[in-house]
Amino acid sequence: MVDDDAVISFRDVTKGFGAIRALTSVSLEIRAGEFVAIIGPSGCGKSTLLRLASRLEHPSSGSIVRRTERIGYVFQEPTLMPWRTVRRNVELLAELEGVDRRLRRERADAVLRLVGLDEFADVLPAALSGGMKMRASLARSLLLDPELFLFDEPFGALDQITRHRLNAELMALFTQRPFAALFVTHSVEEAVYLSSRVLVMSARPGRLVDAFEVPFPYPRPNALRYEPAFATLAGRVASSLAEVA
Amino acid sequence: MSTVREAARMSGALRDAARSRSQVARLIRLAAPPLLVFLVVIGIWYAVTYLVLQPSRRFLLPPPHDVVRYGFMEPTTRAELWRGLLRSAHVAFLGLGVAFVIGFATAVLMSQAKWIERSLYPWAVVLQTVPILAIVPLLGFWFGFGLMSRVIVCVIIALFPIIINTLTGLLSADRRLHDLLTLHGAGRWTRLTKLQIPAALPDIFTGLRTSAGLAVIGAIVGDFFFGRGRPGLGLLLAQYSSRLKSEELLAAVLVACGFGVAVFSAFGWLGRRVVGAWDESWGATSRIEVQDEEATQGVQTDTSREGVGEPTGRGEAP
Ligand SMILES: Nc1ncnc2c1ncn2[C@@H]1O[C@H](COP(=O)(O)OP(=O)(O)O)[C@@H](O)[C@H]1O
Ligand SMILES: [Mg+2]
Repeated sequence: MVDDDAVISFRDVTKGFGAIRALTSVSLEIRAGEFVAIIGPSGCGKSTLLRLASRLEHPSSGSIVRRTERIGYVFQEPTLMPWRTVRRNVELLAELEGVDRRLRRERADAVLRLVGLDEFADVLPAALSGGMKMRASLARSLLLDPELFLFDEPFGALDQITRHRLNAELMALFTQRPFAALFVTHSVEEAVYLSSRVLVMSARPGRLVDAFEVPFPYPRPNALRYEPAFATLAGRVASSLAEVA
Repeated sequence: MSTVREAARMSGALRDAARSRSQVARLIRLAAPPLLVFLVVIGIWYAVTYLVLQPSRRFLLPPPHDVVRYGFMEPTTRAELWRGLLRSAHVAFLGLGVAFVIGFATAVLMSQAKWIERSLYPWAVVLQTVPILAIVPLLGFWFGFGLMSRVIVCVIIALFPIIINTLTGLLSADRRLHDLLTLHGAGRWTRLTKLQIPAALPDIFTGLRTSAGLAVIGAIVGDFFFGRGRPGLGLLLAQYSSRLKSEELLAAVLVACGFGVAVFSAFGWLGRRVVGAWDESWGATSRIEVQDEEATQGVQTDTSREGVGEPTGRGEAP
């Protein structure tokens, strides 16, 4: 049953906060190169699931086995340090992990180029738009080349156009260098577009109640969103979500 | 070729001239209103002196020019005031420095554990509510009437804003950044130096600015009530008023006020220098001129829909 390939596996994990039961019997495996989206009503424990995966929280019962220490964590807000320039923000995690200054700088410049922010390396975050801030935040995590990427509704605060664009950029990054991803979102469309598997979570206490394999091959063009097969699958996910919400 | 460059340079020079002219205009616009208020106050002052007060009672409010003549032009008085100012400044800065060190350390301690915060907070509040005049005699009794007691008075009244503002700032650091740092191996010390203290800087400067003003008041009040020792501004105020030297008294009051304002603005300036680039309460604009493609596109579709009459850049801080 336990997959040796799994970058992370949850086995019958339960998490409570005092009297509040946030998650019950969650079992889940993510293999290298697999992009798993989680969708569910708000307050159902999605963020808690990511915090457990990152070991910021520990399960009340059950076990979580993680095969890598290289994790990236992206939040809904960009959470940049306003007093640091974009480049120094992107260097932050490498700095914490003791990466040598020159290498750090080289890598920061490389990822900034990757997300199209190289021209803005020396400005303060206040000068960036919402979408650009999110790219900087993504670059910050990319710099350490994570094997497991945790996303907590990363594009939820952005407008539709920016969101689609960042979806496409994330798609490009993922196909260039695949990582295992656990992507929490409240957008069905985003979940289906990005992921290879969509998991639907029930209202609190959160349980995984449904799973959908997404068959479309990577890289996926943006135009995929307008194809009937996409719409059909998105419709099935949405109706499953409507049942639990 | 060279004429083109020449022309370009000329137009550049014209532009510079225009810019410096507009800067002068801006300065005038900024300075004119407070200056006007100043003139009105002086006018009222003269009016009270010459129109309201009987000549026999004019000593209560001597006219401004007499204050300048006897307070600032008279060499002995001027020297006295100057020495007093220096002594009071010395006391105030020492007090502020000590208050900052103690307050900052206390706030850092309090930010590290809830139980430390709960243990110390009530005492910080007590310190704040102590009626300073009630303990001034006690301080003189314990520490003598010299520099030490005066500095302690300053520390007592300047400490609270530093503790509270610093603590607020340290605790305001983004929770998710806190988590992110933890996730990448940062301990307490790293989180403190890389996240909490930088995040607290705007509040620290707010506290410093408030406390600097309070330290000035502390220096003068302490001096005034100790009534002994080498005279600072407070003691001079006491002496002038007991000898009914109203010109000198008013001059001393003006010096004290000017000192307070100067200290307050100096810390305001320092705050803007250090954190003004990124903190909105210290002058950063929320969004500078950079926009990416999607934003520009959005603006274009907006204007095409709404017509040209619409003001651009709405929602942008000045
Ligand atoms: N540290 C905590 N202490 C107490 N309750 C918590 C804590 N973290 C989360 N919860 C509770 O757990 C439930 C799930 O929260 P969360 O994982 O943030 O939901 P979601 O991200 O799906 O909106 C919520 O009811 C929330 O109030
Ligand atoms: Mg959440």
